Amino acid sequence: MSRQTSSLFSAALIGPALLGSVRKLDPRAMIRNPVMFVVEVVAALTTVLFARDLVAGGSDLAFSGQIILWLWFTLIFANFAEALAEGRGKAQADSLRRTRTEMTAKRLKGPGATYETVPGTALKVGDVVLVEAGDLIPSDGEVIAGVASVNEAAITGESAPVIRESGGDRSAVTGGTQVLSDTIKVRITAAAGSTFVDRMIALVEGAARQKTPNEIALNILLAGLTIVFVFAVASIPSFASYAGGAIPVIVLVALFVTLIPTTIGALLSAIGIAGMDRLVRFNVLAMSGRAVEAAGDVDTLLLDKTGTITLGNRQATEFRPVSGVTEQELADAAQLASLADETPEGRSIVVLAKEKYGIRARDMAALNASFVPFTAQSRMSGVDLETASIRKGAVDAVIASLSGAPMASRGSNAALAFRPDPETAAATETRAIAEAIARAGGTPLAVARDGRLLGIVYLKDIVKGGIRERFAELRQMGIRTVMITGDNPMTAAAIAAEAGVDDFLAQATPEDKLALIRKEQAQGKLVAMCGDGTNDAPALAQADVGVAMNTGTVAAREAGNMVDLDSDPTKLIEIVGIGKQLLMTRGALTTFSIANDVAKYFAIIPAMFLGLYPQLQALNVMHLASPQSAILSAIIFNALIIVALIPLALRGVTYRAVGAAALLRRNLLIYGLGGVLVPFVAIKAIDLAVTALHLA
Amino acid sequence: MNLDGWIQIALYGAVVLALVKPLGSYMTRVFTGERTLLSPVLGPVERGLYRAAGLDARQEQHWLAYTGAVILFHLLGFAVLYAILRLQAVLPLNPADQGAVAPDLAFNTSTSFITNTNWQSYGGETTLSYLSQMLGLTHQNFLSAATGIAVAVALIRGFARASSGTIGSFWVDVTRATLYVLLPICVPYTLFLVWQGMPQTLGAYADATTLEGAHQTIALGPVASQVAIKMLGTNGGGFFNANAAHPFENPTALSNFVQMVSIFAIGAALTNVFGRMVGDERQGWAILGAMGILFLAGVAVTYWAEAHGSSVLNGFGLTGGNMEGKETRFGIAASALFAVITTAASCGAVNAMHDSFTALGGLIPLLNMQLGEIIIGGVGAGLYGMLIFVIVAIFVAGLMVGRTPEYLGKKIEAKEVKMAMLGILCLPLMMLGFTALATVLPAGLAGPANAGPHGFTEILYAYTSAAANNGSAFGGLSANTLFYNSTLAIGMLVGRFFVKIPVLAIAGSLAAKKTVPASAGTFPTHGGLFVGLLVGVILIIGGLTFFPSLALGPVVEHLAGAAGQTFATGG
Repeated sequence: MSRQTSSLFSAALIGPALLGSVRKLDPRAMIRNPVMFVVEVVAALTTVLFARDLVAGGSDLAFSGQIILWLWFTLIFANFAEALAEGRGKAQADSLRRTRTEMTAKRLKGPGATYETVPGTALKVGDVVLVEAGDLIPSDGEVIAGVASVNEAAITGESAPVIRESGGDRSAVTGGTQVLSDTIKVRITAAAGSTFVDRMIALVEGAARQKTPNEIALNILLAGLTIVFVFAVASIPSFASYAGGAIPVIVLVALFVTLIPTTIGALLSAIGIAGMDRLVRFNVLAMSGRAVEAAGDVDTLLLDKTGTITLGNRQATEFRPVSGVTEQELADAAQLASLADETPEGRSIVVLAKEKYGIRARDMAALNASFVPFTAQSRMSGVDLETASIRKGAVDAVIASLSGAPMASRGSNAALAFRPDPETAAATETRAIAEAIARAGGTPLAVARDGRLLGIVYLKDIVKGGIRERFAELRQMGIRTVMITGDNPMTAAAIAAEAGVDDFLAQATPEDKLALIRKEQAQGKLVAMCGDGTNDAPALAQADVGVAMNTGTVAAREAGNMVDLDSDPTKLIEIVGIGKQLLMTRGALTTFSIANDVAKYFAIIPAMFLGLYPQLQALNVMHLASPQSAILSAIIFNALIIVALIPLALRGVTYRAVGAAALLRRNLLIYGLGGVLVPFVAIKAIDLAVTALHLA
Repeated sequence: MNLDGWIQIALYGAVVLALVKPLGSYMTRVFTGERTLLSPVLGPVERGLYRAAGLDARQEQHWLAYTGAVILFHLLGFAVLYAILRLQAVLPLNPADQGAVAPDLAFNTSTSFITNTNWQSYGGETTLSYLSQMLGLTHQNFLSAATGIAVAVALIRGFARASSGTIGSFWVDVTRATLYVLLPICVPYTLFLVWQGMPQTLGAYADATTLEGAHQTIALGPVASQVAIKMLGTNGGGFFNANAAHPFENPTALSNFVQMVSIFAIGAALTNVFGRMVGDERQGWAILGAMGILFLAGVAVTYWAEAHGSSVLNGFGLTGGNMEGKETRFGIAASALFAVITTAASCGAVNAMHDSFTALGGLIPLLNMQLGEIIIGGVGAGLYGMLIFVIVAIFVAGLMVGRTPEYLGKKIEAKEVKMAMLGILCLPLMMLGFTALATVLPAGLAGPANAGPHGFTEILYAYTSAAANNGSAFGGLSANTLFYNSTLAIGMLVGRFFVKIPVLAIAGSLAAKKTVPASAGTFPTHGGLFVGLLVGVILIIGGLTFFPSLALGPVVEHLAGAAGQTFATGG
């Protein structure tokens, strides 16, 4: 997995972002954000009034001018946040776009090998193209013939080549990736403009970004609050006239703009873009913002056992000899049989023998040994030495081989049915050991030397280190984990208990998965899962968050709403964390923004009404120097707080896997109480600066 | 302030709390259609009513149908009441020969009573016949209260149900609220009030010769029966102009205490109904807790302000509390407590004149109403008003636990937020909008009896009281004019229906949703943290909007008074 690390405020990003923030002042763009649009309208109006006063002569021009300046700054800061968030994705998009433009394709004219060279953009869905070593794959498609190693670094950042072959679960190829060896025929599955890379570009640039349901709801709340403050401010002129005075428009505007939730209004879209960007940096592509939000809401995680919960392979953990054989003896034979066995299981036997019994590796050549490889027929492997012959393999297969019967046509059931001789005591004992191991969730491997059963190697699914703690964290967050496995229930139960998952689905078929998802959803829960095969597609589509592995089939990738470019199923857990972080950041800044209003009222209201009722000086709890400095300080704070919070908006608030109650307490304290207190201090500080600089 | 006063306040709180569970349990049974103690007696009556109306009690309504029924019911109620008021001169039971009520006053009064506001631009004993009082007003006192309860129950069902297309039947809810809740309490309550010395007669006003030999007409009437429902249903419309300060409408300290308890009884118990129906009583207690904190804070400020008295008078050496406008038989503590209760609960009955309170003492009743009458609130209305704030609070802060906000397993999404904001928006629009109008128009400026900030407060209080459906008057405002009658009536209508309709929309939307089971990742809404959050959101979102108006009214009056400055009396 590669993660591009770029600092939050690199110079390369800031320049274009500043330019973008001015360009975004276009009202047609601003109207997407109701709160900031309102600010722009009042800023424009007051600017016009100011221009009139400038010509016709008015009082307090310096003061009004400064307020108006800060109104525009508020808008530019808001746009800057968004432009900066978008800019971080743009760099990545540009490099992607470069790969796309230069492509040509060898379109096949028929079943033969004749082709015509056409531009990549001219391809249509259903076309079949030939891709040879060194060629770029012109568009998304499915391998229909051949096998090739493909460099997918362009999209995954991972330079190690991957194998793509026709049939099976590794048939999908992505436009823009390069075939390194061999030749494949690819059927195009995406038209120009809608390929994976195109979607990726749109996503990282934020161009295809639509408001998510939660964002829409939040925008309604913010718009509602804005209207409430319209009432609060618009009624003031009448009240003032009753009291025998008048309030300058610029002061009313300052009060209004500081009261409406500009902080969250300014940062809302930046938070959303940054959330998507965090996923992209994590090499996960979400097809919609909705999926990222759903990830935060997930109640149940369906996790594939292999690769997620356990290491991909079983490992030897114990030698269990039959009576009359020492462990050392068994270990020695097993090690010899495995020396040339390059499978992970074989290697793990060698490692165990060395670690536990001090048996060192021996030189096969010196022993004049010949390796007998595993075949599906024999279901055994082993080694033939000058002095001995050792076999290890499936228990039934090994026992059957000892009885001398031909192995070729025997499956395990057949072996049980036609066992010719009554078993030896050793065979009975071996079977007993094997059964116990199977019950505990392990896989037994019988070892025989020169026709004599020595005992069993205990192969075990090794649960990944730290996974148990991860599941405990998830449980604290209120997320239930369900392990999906093709193992039998007994094995599954044992591994589930060891890994600490909440539940498991054994001997799972794709239909079982789908049924499980439906059942959870019927209870109102949101389900996340990952999958790669075509048979996972229905479940991926049904799940609220379906993460397709990039190595997977086209069908799986189409069905999911996220694609993991690294094809690492463990990432599902991080994806949930990123979703939660996005929602938390939004909530924290909303709370902060609204809590700020208390101090702003106390800054502006006494300043505003001091001319009407000097007694209201008592409300000036911050002891701000003058009415003008108070109002100016509030509006400056209101603008600067946006800039101050941009890093938080882009990075996201610190997320910890603790229960909701603890999270809420912590965040309420920081962003709620902090939101009430911080502006009191900050406005006072700004007031001191404004006074010292004689700005008001 | 003294110990005696605090004991009264503590005793009051204890009695209200003690009633929450039994009344809550009883009402839950009533609204979930279970058998109650009274079913053997009232069951046949109820079924008889449904049969007469051709109603199938099991037929539930979609929220739109429910809303339609609510509106239709109010329209009919309005038509009947308006007709009675306009025709009272020719109708029976009019021993004092009251003339027809003027059109604008009849409009204002009818609106006022169907909206559970009971704003009174008229003096009861000088304007209305017994028939108008009994058939017109008392009948709406029951029904406007019952509709409030019905809407609250419908909203509770929205939270309690999952994937349901209906939220109950309005006709059944309103019948049950009246028959099983309001009437059975009112009957013994009326007898109690009669025992305390309240008149209950259809006879003519009494003529008396005073000790000085002067002739005096003493207004009487069926007072006790109307006072019972006026308090229990948080209506607040007095039989007499002086409302609960009148000795016939509140004869003793005991009657005063019981009346205060009855204002809060149903509203407080509805939080328990809520908790029970959503399957977790703690949820109800949390909401009651938030209400309780705001209430006690209000009582403390008002009691302190009234006991501390007027700074101006203190300057003249007249120390002691502020007794202006208060009845000596109640004293400062019971008057301050009554004022906070009646404004917290959308009742609007008064046992002292709020106009005569100190500036800060008068600020609390004003603020109580500006928050939207959610501190216990009007029967039903208080709970659903509070739940609107709960939705906003959950939405704002709920994201901070990293999930889409949800309350009681219901996701709070765009539709709920939209409706909640609509419900919140209409109050400042009415309260501030009309005050802004009245403070610049000559018709409005003719109203207040005082100049300066106090006059401003009088206007602000009137519109606040109307839009919040409280109905208490600050006094000092001559409101029986075409301008005030019509604008106040609009304020009452908007304040009632533009909250009720969004609430029913929320109920419908929630009922249709699935219920997400709670987990460790769920925002906890039954603890102190949530209560604190809710109080904060109410004060910041509900309260701060009114900061400018409060600053120009009671706050500046208080500060000026503290500095010894007074404002000249105006027209």
